[in-house]
Amino acid sequence: MTDLTQFGVKDIRDGVRDGSFTAREVAESFNAVVADAAALNAFIVTTPDHAIAAADKVDAARAAGETLGAMAGVPIGMKDLFATHGVQTTAASHILEGFIPRYESTVSQKLWDAGAGMLGKLNLDQFAMGSSNETSHFGNVASPWRKSGSNQPMSPGGSSGGSSSAVAARIAPAATGTDTGGSIRQPAAFTGICGIKPTYGRCSRWGIVAFASSLDQAGSMARSVEDCAIMLGAMSGFDPKDSTSLQMDVPDWEGALNADLRGKKVGIPREYRMEGTDQAILDSWEQGKAWLRDAGAEIVDVSLPHTKYALPAYYIVAPAEASSNLARYDGVRYGLRDLPDGSGLQDMYASTRAAGFGDEVKRRILIGTYVLSAGFYDAYYTQAQKVRALVARDFERAFQECDVILAPTTPTASFPLGENVDDPLAMYLNDVFAVPASLAGLPAMSVPATINAGLPLGLQLVGRPFDEQGVLNAGLAIQQRAGFKAVPEKWW
Amino acid sequence: MSVDKANVAKIASLARISMDDAALERMVPELNGILQWVEQLGEVDVTGIEPMAAVIPNTLRLRDDVVDADPLTGGGRRDDVLANAPAAEHGFFGVPKVIE
Repeated sequence: MTDLTQFGVKDIRDGVRDGSFTAREVAESFNAVVADAAALNAFIVTTPDHAIAAADKVDAARAAGETLGAMAGVPIGMKDLFATHGVQTTAASHILEGFIPRYESTVSQKLWDAGAGMLGKLNLDQFAMGSSNETSHFGNVASPWRKSGSNQPMSPGGSSGGSSSAVAARIAPAATGTDTGGSIRQPAAFTGICGIKPTYGRCSRWGIVAFASSLDQAGSMARSVEDCAIMLGAMSGFDPKDSTSLQMDVPDWEGALNADLRGKKVGIPREYRMEGTDQAILDSWEQGKAWLRDAGAEIVDVSLPHTKYALPAYYIVAPAEASSNLARYDGVRYGLRDLPDGSGLQDMYASTRAAGFGDEVKRRILIGTYVLSAGFYDAYYTQAQKVRALVARDFERAFQECDVILAPTTPTASFPLGENVDDPLAMYLNDVFAVPASLAGLPAMSVPATINAGLPLGLQLVGRPFDEQGVLNAGLAIQQRAGFKAVPEKWW
Repeated sequence: MSVDKANVAKIASLARISMDDAALERMVPELNGILQWVEQLGEVDVTGIEPMAAVIPNTLRLRDDVVDADPLTGGGRRDDVLANAPAAEHGFFGVPKVIE
């Protein structure tokens, strides 16, 4: 029998629709490979019953002749940052360990309504703060990939590292991710999969554990551009429960996919040619230009002069918002409470938060508290917000000269787990190419380009606001020419 | 600007995170490393630039003034709200005594 776990979103959806196999067979196949992959540590909890129940519903709907949804029969991994009714939601933190939401996030509800099922809750960096999936309270996630000639466990990227690891290892056909400063694109690049972050506001933030609300945006991670388009379509749409939700129709991204780029201009930002970028990454960028030229696009140089300031601006804005958002973890309403003998309310807050947050989360809360504190607010926070405005203006000007921007996703390929943990700044530099689009709220995607020394490299596409289609189309043009077919050898 | 141990202790207290001496000592160089690095933002000429809070043009909406228009976020859900509380008592959140 065909190994159903080799299929992606589109193949599963079409196969279930035309009766080649049942949704239940798909769910059972994926449940089995999930159960067999504990060594990756991609899941915090698995939910095989959820996947089966959703599949049975789809099979019954098909038998009754009903129209099936866009994700019908597709079991997915859910990043453990989305609140799921009756299923533990932790943000990979100790402070939320045991938290069982009594409600469902808008994005996950939309996916279930579209016929998807849940294989489990995926591991991530704690509160989505990290770029290597080494800050989770539930342990590191390992990438299924290994460097040529080495058995060292490699980082799947972060913060959506459980998502990237699971999709790359083919234990989930697709997964949700969230991107605050690269947390979908960087892990996608590290693991040879596709990942798209839409325009800020496309996906509702309601029910997603908040990190930095002006930046947080959900998106899809899968093995092809088509699969990302299908899943993103199911996740997107206006939600009155999110004040920043876009009140716009969701286009039929899948239906309008078109890799013919004749008449399109692709911008190459000269400031992205930075010191410290691997030669292999620069080579893949050149290759990417050639592919897009082959697809009919004209390649033009563009300038994003404030690129080098995007990352430091992000590391003020994001921690500032985080310090405010994470004030809700107080040991009163949900999650952990640490109440030393004889202590009062203030002591309870302080010891609960000391026991419940990991080091990176504390570091960012402290930075955020400092930059928002009296006397430093203008020098740090207001200045960073102004620089953010300049970063966004750079893109606006560049998009007068081009339709989509091509750049590397990351400055290096994946690195061994443990390599950067003692140096926060070195870790932050992973997102140097990803953060500018986040600050500007733009749709951006990573698509696998090639393999170097056994490890995948990704290329990034950034589009105008609301132009997910342009990003997906250019991504498709790369996908068709890159012919990325490599599969990690199973060691788990 | 840089921080010393006393500054970090003050920030930690504002953030309601209890930290012992060793944790404070460890945090001082880490925070200073990050603060020195973000200081480069001072080089940027921001004359006439408005600080950006919202990235994508959007208007804030008012919803219709209807009670429990969305049952998920409406009232009457006390038990759901308390379901995950570490110390729910008599339909309230329990906390340690706050007045003498």
